[in-house]
Amino acid sequence: MSEEKIKKISIVCSKGSLEGIYPALIMANGARMEGIEVSVFFTFFGMDAITKKKMHKIKVATVGNPAMGIPTIIGAIPGMSAMATKMMSSQMEALDIPPIPEFIEMIHDAGGKLYACLASVDMFKLKKEDFCDEVDDILTVGQFYEISAGAQIIFT
Amino acid sequence: MAVKTFAGVEIEVNDEGYFLKHENWNKEMAQEIAEEFDINLTDEHIKILSFLRSDFESKGSLPTMRRMKKVGGIPTKDLYRLFPDGPLKKACKIAGLTKPASCI
Repeated sequence: MSEEKIKKISIVCSKGSLEGIYPALIMANGARMEGIEVSVFFTFFGMDAITKKKMHKIKVATVGNPAMGIPTIIGAIPGMSAMATKMMSSQMEALDIPPIPEFIEMIHDAGGKLYACLASVDMFKLKKEDFCDEVDDILTVGQFYEISAGAQIIFT
Repeated sequence: MAVKTFAGVEIEVNDEGYFLKHENWNKEMAQEIAEEFDINLTDEHIKILSFLRSDFESKGSLPTMRRMKKVGGIPTKDLYRLFPDGPLKKACKIAGLTKPASCI
């Protein structure tokens, strides 16, 4: 391979469902394992992954998710999302994919940087204390782009 | 496939330099492989290499970063400190094992 290796990436995590958050975390952790510098920018409901009160309660979307193969009316039954989440979580556990709070800690320990989006923080009326300790800072979009200089940016 | 000499012994390795047979490995070779990455092996490194090898031998597959922490008791931070920029890949190579194929 003559192409230059990727040295730095920034990942934007914008969705708060289980299937929205995991791809961002797996890509972030995988990048660190390859020696790639990583920043993850959590915005809108993606911030649930780093919010103390919510990070333990992330669920799979069983409504409006055609790939699940569950008719919307069934997916809307109370407890369906919890059940699907439980099933998916046990499958992931078997593959050694950590639960979200542990995954966040792992990426942080691996040297990945974790940021919350200021506009979303203001919109949801959150404070720095509402986030888990692994979060490095709350950034404006401008600061995010500054930090991302020379990086590839991935939106999830 | 290629042949490389470590600690005076000719070893079959793949195109990326990973051992084809982990049985051929010994600690003297580990130090020579580590020099490729500018790593000087200490007792801390050896402890990680030993866990990798014993876990591989008992399970038949390489541990993930998570298993290194949960089962091996090796903090993630230490792995990145001791084997910077790609801890599992580097540690597996130095331990005479195959290239890790897991995403985690």
